[in-house]
Amino acid sequence: MTSSTNVSCFHEARRVAIFGGTHGNEMSGVTLVNLWIQNGKEIHRKGVETKPFITNPRAVEKCTRYVDTDLNRAFTTENLSAPSGDDLPYEVQRAQQINEIFGPKGSPEAYDVIFDLHNTTSNMGCTLILESSKDHFNLQMMHYIKKAIAPDSCPVLLTEHPLLKYSTSRSVAKHPIGLEVGPQPQGVLRSNIFESMRVVLKHALDFIELFNEGLEFPPCTVDVFRVSEKMDYPRDTNGNIIAMVHPNLQDCDWEPLNPGDPMFQTFDGTTLRYEGAGTVYPTFINEAAYYEKQQAFVTTRRETLAAGAIKKT
Amino acid sequence: MRKKMKQALEQMEPVSLPALSRVAICGGTHGNEMSGVYLVRELQRQKLEKAGSATLTTVISNPRAVQVCKRYTDMDLNRCFTDAILSSPVTVATPYEVRRAQELNTLLGPKGKLGAVDLVCDLHNTTANMGLSLISYSVQDWVIMHIYRQVQRKITSAPVRFILLDLPLADVYSQDSLGKHGFSIEVGPQPHGVVRADIFNLMKEAVDQTLDWVQCFNSGSAFEGGEVDDVYTFVKSVYYPRDPETNQITAAIHPQVQDRDFCLLHPGDPMFLMFSGEIVKYEGEEVLHPFFVNECAYYEKSIAFHLARKMTVTIPPLQVKRD
Repeated sequence: MTSSTNVSCFHEARRVAIFGGTHGNEMSGVTLVNLWIQNGKEIHRKGVETKPFITNPRAVEKCTRYVDTDLNRAFTTENLSAPSGDDLPYEVQRAQQINEIFGPKGSPEAYDVIFDLHNTTSNMGCTLILESSKDHFNLQMMHYIKKAIAPDSCPVLLTEHPLLKYSTSRSVAKHPIGLEVGPQPQGVLRSNIFESMRVVLKHALDFIELFNEGLEFPPCTVDVFRVSEKMDYPRDTNGNIIAMVHPNLQDCDWEPLNPGDPMFQTFDGTTLRYEGAGTVYPTFINEAAYYEKQQAFVTTRRETLAAGAIKKT
Repeated sequence: MRKKMKQALEQMEPVSLPALSRVAICGGTHGNEMSGVYLVRELQRQKLEKAGSATLTTVISNPRAVQVCKRYTDMDLNRCFTDAILSSPVTVATPYEVRRAQELNTLLGPKGKLGAVDLVCDLHNTTANMGLSLISYSVQDWVIMHIYRQVQRKITSAPVRFILLDLPLADVYSQDSLGKHGFSIEVGPQPHGVVRADIFNLMKEAVDQTLDWVQCFNSGSAFEGGEVDDVYTFVKSVYYPRDPETNQITAAIHPQVQDRDFCLLHPGDPMFLMFSGEIVKYEGEEVLHPFFVNECAYYEKSIAFHLARKMTVTIPPLQVKRD
């Protein structure tokens, strides 16, 4: 039983943005946002301003991840507070513009919620990305979404980590949510991936509408995968990769990787094994964009987070 | 009597052809198709220079595109090997890939001439679910057809098919046309910019079987004639539906066609699922087979997939010509 003193109150979520094209070749988000810019009926909810927005139009036009630098790493304090100018990399200029429209990051004027739509070449299904373990509003939303799409699953990746956390476009909002859907090649639009992203967003917006109408959400728990360690490909002295993700690990996002399990296969057929201390849950396995970031996959550990009851103020 | 006639029709006259003394394996013709890039590098690392009596040349065809992990820098290298482009004068404005095609023609060709290498094998990946496909421009090159038969017989981990792009040699635009005999190995599905171990291993198997066949052929093995099936001839392309005003694509390839390369497409079958929910159906009259379904590189040409007719080809017994 919940007593009213144990309920966290949040303001109504009145301003919600949906970002597509943060990476210009991740087609589900680009397509959905363009569709909704033309006709926003599907994303309309009573009492909410839902703003679809293409964050990196130049990259979208060239169907490339970015033009100068990764927009989804560009929202650092340093970049956002730098004096503006044409000499700045395109994506840094863009980050400053986005911060002005949807932020300022960390201030009371910032947008309430931003959904950032992404695709991955990894077999991650419909992953929700959570940046803070203390965001009870987001935890409750993710709990709601997971229940709504059951028996299909929606893993939650918690990126809260002193070193591995990165400054995303969505981090401008009070409640940032990443949607990472795969597997889909860059530059390709798959119908099934497109439709699953669409359904997850529908449930997310339904949650916001219910919350704004005054519904109280009781305490709940959410199973998450917390990022642990970045694993690079084995490389030679020139920095070239000398092995590929092993066939036994390929496509096995969210499945246990135990010490001794195959991890990489060299080009001449040798198996290299995982030598960590215990079982981990790898994800972002063989993401195309991460070869240049020295990442073959990232390990995670399972955790259960508790969210208190919430309702609107 | 009938059985004998049928056998006579099926058994063509034996053919003897010159040995294949120079073989080229090309990777990175498209700089983001990674299996070929890594396979060629691995062959170079192992210093593989011979396949039995044949000399082996390994080439990264488009090094600039490989460097930036893109399909091409100025234009698609694998469209630059027509006679017309190969003989066009080079100016300051000539795209990089045209210059490179002419360099490759000097290295591996000249196309259509006696000095050309005997066999060119060009390595590609596709985002389409095409398994292992051998692609060439003729079904009467008996060397290529026998290689196909061996690869199809020996490889069981994925479906193996042959695709014919029927064009006169002068108009063949792909790199494999530089050699006296040539074909492409196309393996998918793999996202561009990614190397998957299962796809790499499959491509390596196909290359190994090819080189194995070449060695057997050169050392005098007799290959019996017969029929090869799962041969698909290109008929036409199907384009994405677009909004007449905004020119934006308005549909995704329907889930019943997506990942179902080489399955049957009947008149009335769904082809596209509009974002609005409507279905666009196939309205042709002939039952055909889609392939290159949802290949990333074809969006810029607005091509959703190609359609092919399936056929069986009879091939003659083949042996190396003894001098």
